[in-house]
Amino acid sequence: MAALAIRDTDVGRVLALSGRLDANTIRDVWRDARRALAESSGRPVVVDAAAVDYCDGAGIALIVDLLRIGRREKRDVEVANLKPAFVALLNQFDVGVLDHDLDPEPKRRPAVEEIGAITAGVWHDIREQVEFVGETVAALGYAVRHPSTVRWRDVWVICERVGADALPIVALISFLLGVILAFQSAIPMKKFGAEIFVADLIGLAMLRELGPLMTAILLAGRSGAAFAAEIGTMKVNQEVDALTTMGLDPVRFLVTTRVIAALLMTPLLTLFADLVSLLGGALTLQSFSIPFITFVHEVEGIVDFSDFMAGFVKSFIFAILIAGIGCLRGLQTSAGASSVGDAATRAVVSGIILLVVVDGVFAVVYFFLDI
Amino acid sequence: MGPAVPSTPPPEAAPGDDAAAAPIIRVEGLTAGYDDFVLLKDVSFDVRPGEVFVILGGSGCGKSTLLKHMIGLYEPMAGHVFIDGDDIVTSEGDARKSILRKIGVMYQSGALFGSMTLLENVRLPLEEYTELDNEAIDLIGRMKLELVGLEQFTGHLPAAISGGMQKRAAIARAMALDPMILFLDEPSAGLDPITSASLDALIRRLAENLGVTFVIVTHELASIFAIADRVIMLDKRKKGIIAEGDPRVLRDTSEDPWVRQFFHREPDAVAA
Repeated sequence: MAALAIRDTDVGRVLALSGRLDANTIRDVWRDARRALAESSGRPVVVDAAAVDYCDGAGIALIVDLLRIGRREKRDVEVANLKPAFVALLNQFDVGVLDHDLDPEPKRRPAVEEIGAITAGVWHDIREQVEFVGETVAALGYAVRHPSTVRWRDVWVICERVGADALPIVALISFLLGVILAFQSAIPMKKFGAEIFVADLIGLAMLRELGPLMTAILLAGRSGAAFAAEIGTMKVNQEVDALTTMGLDPVRFLVTTRVIAALLMTPLLTLFADLVSLLGGALTLQSFSIPFITFVHEVEGIVDFSDFMAGFVKSFIFAILIAGIGCLRGLQTSAGASSVGDAATRAVVSGIILLVVVDGVFAVVYFFLDI
Repeated sequence: MGPAVPSTPPPEAAPGDDAAAAPIIRVEGLTAGYDDFVLLKDVSFDVRPGEVFVILGGSGCGKSTLLKHMIGLYEPMAGHVFIDGDDIVTSEGDARKSILRKIGVMYQSGALFGSMTLLENVRLPLEEYTELDNEAIDLIGRMKLELVGLEQFTGHLPAAISGGMQKRAAIARAMALDPMILFLDEPSAGLDPITSASLDALIRRLAENLGVTFVIVTHELASIFAIADRVIMLDKRKKGIIAEGDPRVLRDTSEDPWVRQFFHREPDAVAA
């Protein structure tokens, strides 16, 4: 065990350390030694290490700390009788270097400068997004003109991951959405004997708005994040650099395949979500004495082809947004494992924001086009 | 039980010069491999306290596999690894923990935590295993980084420093709890000759000043001659040790054609 004895002499205070100084034994000794040094009223202090049997890095740190405090407070602190083997350990360290403060507080920028920097950052991000959209469109155009250059094997694999693998979650969410929507609207409507119109509500809401939007949000969370993490890891592992130095355009190689896969799968998943949510609504309305066939006739009567297309067309644009933003965030990954996580988070957040904004734009356009 | 403290004070005699001293590591009849494939068969050797012990051999001979068995990452098909008298293979729970606290490991890539600064990386084992206060942990962490020449980079993230610096920081982290034994996996791989030589000098200095036992996996000849007290050479054809001893003696006197070929950097007949 480590121990500390404090003696006051005519010439000053003696802190006599003894025993085994290691990381497990010195906690109390360290605290007491600091206190004894602070209470020595400016008199010289001698750290007597004659009775120290063993001293590892932590023990040396204790001695360095006492010397450091002495230096900082311009006090006379010295170490005496330290065994030569331990002196060799102590001599490896420069107390002056260790006395410097670590990482001084970064200077805060004035508010105006801060706002300017944030604005510049946002502007830079928008510019990158616009540039990326341009590059992606150009790459897609090239793929259309030269379909043989597309890595179709990759496309099918990504299609499976984006589409087939997402079926269970899309089915579950859409079904529950249909059930909840039907149930929540049927209860108040029943008061007016108008529960049959719940079928109209579900038909229009799901096909025009909620089907495409919910599917897209699910895909943004699932596939957009996956694209960002996948490409981000490739960036960290310098695989993207390898593509570039091989003369392969990362956008054409990595982004085109993912955008094509999303373009193929998102509309199909939207169609699937529409049907499953209608099924959920129909089953719920059974409990309100509305038979399945009545539900179908009601939906057929209110929802026409333009309503279906209004939602279906959006799913193509949503597909480009989800895949594009996921790939962009992946390509923007800097270095380190945490930046891959940041890329995935940013892909989901900015993907969902863009989806909602674009959906709003569609609503306005459809209104003016009377669709 | 103190965390990771050498059982003996830093030596005043040359490290590893006492062949009769009780081994700090004893590998007994170790057979290792993957699934049904045996890579190492019935390998036995000792490591003496305070020596710089190097495991060498050609690519794919099982150097890193052996190291991973010695630190308890992999379970062997047969055999035992005794660290300071305790078998890491059969140990579990607290017994395993107390063995692990006697060792520090530097992985080939450094394996620093990317989201933490260098100081935070070094502080982590101290925070987890000791009850020292924040200021004391900070000072010990800074001292470990000063020991490897990185005092000025305490606040840097691993991604912001060079590969050589990352390896040095990884050594500082491995030393945080003053382990008895440091295992280094390919410390000089991918480094320029100057950085590599600096790292070799650091290893020698730590072995001599702190009395730490080093077990190092490498096939860098310059490093082997600069740092090793003793080596074992593995061979994938024999699935075991084909030479053991002072690398300079092996280079000059070994009769084994493969050992001579290795130390004299001679190509295979097919490649020649």
